[in-house]
Amino acid sequence: MIIEGGIVYDPINGVLGEEMDISIEDGRVVEKAGGGEVIDARGMLVMPGGVDAHAHIAGGKVNTGRIMRPEDGRRGTEPRTKLLRPSTGYTVPNCYAIGYRYARLGYTTAFEAATPILEARHTHEELEEIPIIDKGALTLFGNNWEVLECVRDGDLGKLAAFVAWGLRASRGYGVKVVNPGGGEAWGFGGNVKGIDDPVPSFDVTPREIIRYLMRANEALRLPHSVHLHTNNLGKPGNYETTLETLRAVEDIAATRDRQVLHVTHMQFSAYGGTGWRDFESRASDIADYFNKHNQFTMDMGQLIFGSATTMTADAPLEYGNARLLKAKWSNHDIELEESSGVVPLVYGRKNPINAIQWAIGLELALLTEDPWQMIMTTDHPNGGPFVNYPEVVALLMSRRKREEEMATLHDLASKRTSLPSIEREMDWNDVAIVTRAGPARILGLQEKGHLGVGADGDVSIYEINPEKVDPSRDHEVVKAALARAKYTIKAGEVVARDGEVVAVPQGRTYWVDASVPEADAARVRADLVEKFAKYYSIQLSNYMVQDAYVTRPRVVRAGVI
Amino acid sequence: MMEEDILCPFCGCLCDDIKVEVDEGRIVGVKRACRLGMSKFMGHERIAAPMVRRDGELVETSYEEAYERAAQILKAAKRPLLYGWCSTVCETAKMGILLAEEVGGVIDSTATVCHGPSIIGIEEKGLAGSTLGQVKNRADLIVFWGANPAEAHPRHTLRYSSNSTGMFTPEGRGGRKVIVVDVRRTRTAKNADKFVLIRPGTDYEVIAALRMIVKGKGDLLPDAVAGIAKSDLEEVADMMKAAKFGAVLIGLGLTHSRGRYKNVDGALSLVADLNGFTKFVVLAMRGHYNVAGFGQVCAWETGYPMAVDLSRGAPYFNPGETAACDLLARREADAMMVVAADPASNFPRKTVEAMAEIPVIQVDPFPNPTTFLSDVVIPTAVCGIEAEGTAYRMDGLSLRMKKVVDSVYPTDEEVVENILDRVRRLGDDN
Repeated sequence: MIIEGGIVYDPINGVLGEEMDISIEDGRVVEKAGGGEVIDARGMLVMPGGVDAHAHIAGGKVNTGRIMRPEDGRRGTEPRTKLLRPSTGYTVPNCYAIGYRYARLGYTTAFEAATPILEARHTHEELEEIPIIDKGALTLFGNNWEVLECVRDGDLGKLAAFVAWGLRASRGYGVKVVNPGGGEAWGFGGNVKGIDDPVPSFDVTPREIIRYLMRANEALRLPHSVHLHTNNLGKPGNYETTLETLRAVEDIAATRDRQVLHVTHMQFSAYGGTGWRDFESRASDIADYFNKHNQFTMDMGQLIFGSATTMTADAPLEYGNARLLKAKWSNHDIELEESSGVVPLVYGRKNPINAIQWAIGLELALLTEDPWQMIMTTDHPNGGPFVNYPEVVALLMSRRKREEEMATLHDLASKRTSLPSIEREMDWNDVAIVTRAGPARILGLQEKGHLGVGADGDVSIYEINPEKVDPSRDHEVVKAALARAKYTIKAGEVVARDGEVVAVPQGRTYWVDASVPEADAARVRADLVEKFAKYYSIQLSNYMVQDAYVTRPRVVRAGVI
Repeated sequence: MMEEDILCPFCGCLCDDIKVEVDEGRIVGVKRACRLGMSKFMGHERIAAPMVRRDGELVETSYEEAYERAAQILKAAKRPLLYGWCSTVCETAKMGILLAEEVGGVIDSTATVCHGPSIIGIEEKGLAGSTLGQVKNRADLIVFWGANPAEAHPRHTLRYSSNSTGMFTPEGRGGRKVIVVDVRRTRTAKNADKFVLIRPGTDYEVIAALRMIVKGKGDLLPDAVAGIAKSDLEEVADMMKAAKFGAVLIGLGLTHSRGRYKNVDGALSLVADLNGFTKFVVLAMRGHYNVAGFGQVCAWETGYPMAVDLSRGAPYFNPGETAACDLLARREADAMMVVAADPASNFPRKTVEAMAEIPVIQVDPFPNPTTFLSDVVIPTAVCGIEAEGTAYRMDGLSLRMKKVVDSVYPTDEEVVENILDRVRRLGDDN
């Protein structure tokens, strides 16, 4: 395949809006293809396929959202066709809709953000059913009893061996840490209140859990860093916890060429105020810190007005949401490992808190100077569904659009945030970074997020001429073009054309296989035998995800030996 | 040879520690299983061969003809109903949903006559639950409401609930309180610290009264509610609030008495209220070993967990209109495929009469009363014994069922796939 004459943005390879051809053969970018389909991309924007590094797209929480929200299912209904299975849902789409809608946006890779080891089989059952895109799942470790015990005992070798084993058992890609310690405390209805609040029964603190997991992650030289959902997330005044957490790990160095810690959906962790009455943005404090510490990255967790389904392993947060909003509430605690919750809600433009939250996401993205430190996400479907990414990009590219939106919001969005004074408008290079190159680099996906020779043949082509359209003024044109890719190409095959899905290949699933010293692995095995005999409700031999559930794996090797 | 850690394909406990002794390709012994599981492993009468009805009699035939007849029936029907899916693996359910899409049918599971009202309750309120291991390790109070595990889920109490031991529950039953609420003194009730005998059909009133007491509005209640002394209810509420971790386990007594999903909504609300005071979870005691799995698969494939009408090409869900019994009671279904279930035994009489008047296809390893109503009968291997695949335990935990012995029969999944292939070919001919 040859994509001819497009205006290419490929930041990893230093290509900034150059007119050039892209050749793909056997699913990969090559110097020059021997032949095949020719796509005329003249006058169009060409970028690597989009990469979503944080979305809740598969597993128990997502399906709980579907089951408790039939009213959401009705909102995205599209009938089956000769090629496509039916679609349902807006905030919690069915598996097919997830694949189709990403493809229509020009996205070709998405990672499920949180899966407990015990329920990873379910996550993979859904990932297998999502068509077209490549995918992976981050595995939860921050409240696992074996982790807490290794941290308590100061046993880094055993912890690293357990992390390697947990990734293998869950066929997971990276280390996700959610409200460390809080999930365990929630087992008896409690929580932790900060990074030095001890975890009941285990004599460890969130600070220690985060530090040890980061050190284990770096000892294993995993492709991705620890992916952290901070303590106190969603609470007024929590920016202090966030900064305290970051300061607590400044001395830890990455062992690979990437960040040492990714703080996810930062919008929910950048709040000032002592309560909801004086709730305010502290995004500038967070961005200032990031501007001085380039070892850390974050994603936005941008809020989208309208319906959302919040779902997180931060179960006490969801209980709080449900109480506050008198909303439907599902909770699911997972023995020895995690807790989780699901609460549907509606973000309102005239709701002062929601309006401020909306502004905070944008402030974070625009005040963080280096776009490589910042990923565009909505924490789908917590801030809102991923189908709204074109709206977010348009906001990042146009101050005029931001002003138009702010005029429709509660006025506290202007008074309690710095957004009205922010002039920055992202250019197409920034957009290519925060939606593709950045997430691929942050996840450590070597063959994603760029169009150099050897990269995956994942390309998105949008019917918009970056040389002619002024995104600041014509933000509606930008949004419309990004919402319906002219072409989405996955592994050298056109999967969407003019915003319609035209082919449904099956993507691959990334997971990380990390090697560890046998002596450490043996000590982990001995612990596991005891835990399964006494505490788990299933047998150890039935625990690990079987190969039958990952039929097209893409295994990334890591480890200490 | 002794096979270890085998999963039991009987009830929603999905016990995964069964030992099965196999000799020359046959099961000769089973350890750790309960009576119910044991009988399934040791085997009983099977459907010998495929059958089709000719001149009013079921006569043996080839698989090829049975598939062809099944495909013709489904293809000719205007409102085919594809029902069952509880005693088979998720892989069968996936194929079944695809078949339902292909023929524009309605697909529904046995939940419709089981915990369907629980699912509707969850749609109203959400479910504050946990895995069963969480109950095992933490619960110091167990409430069985309209559930009788001593008869229906014999190993539940020892493995997961009242009599299990764990990290924070080393004393097992001795360190726990057990409350049983039921309309009769069941065997489970004999293991209770507190038994509350309620009149049939009064669950909603009793739950509502408990909610009032828990939330401090007990002084508005009369001296007795549905025949139960207020002091009894106050004692129950005190026990609940005093627990460190309480678990309410709800059974069909709640879902299939007057009030149905409203009873469940009440129970879920009570548990949500109790979380304002202490830690509480609620779980449904699901019956068949993979009825929960069908709900999961159907939700991620169609967006809805049961009663999905695919006749418009897009999923449409409206229990009360699109559930199996609704279609049959309205005499709307003009053909029915039953996979791994026995509606003839479990459905209301009027709906079984409707079944008798339409062509019925049965896919099942075992003969049952539905066989007598069927026009095409296709025997299959027993999932979890003769075929592997995925099942979801009653708490939503996914596990892989194993194959212990070979079978001469095709799997459920293969049978549904074969019918799907033929349906597609018939479509091409038209």
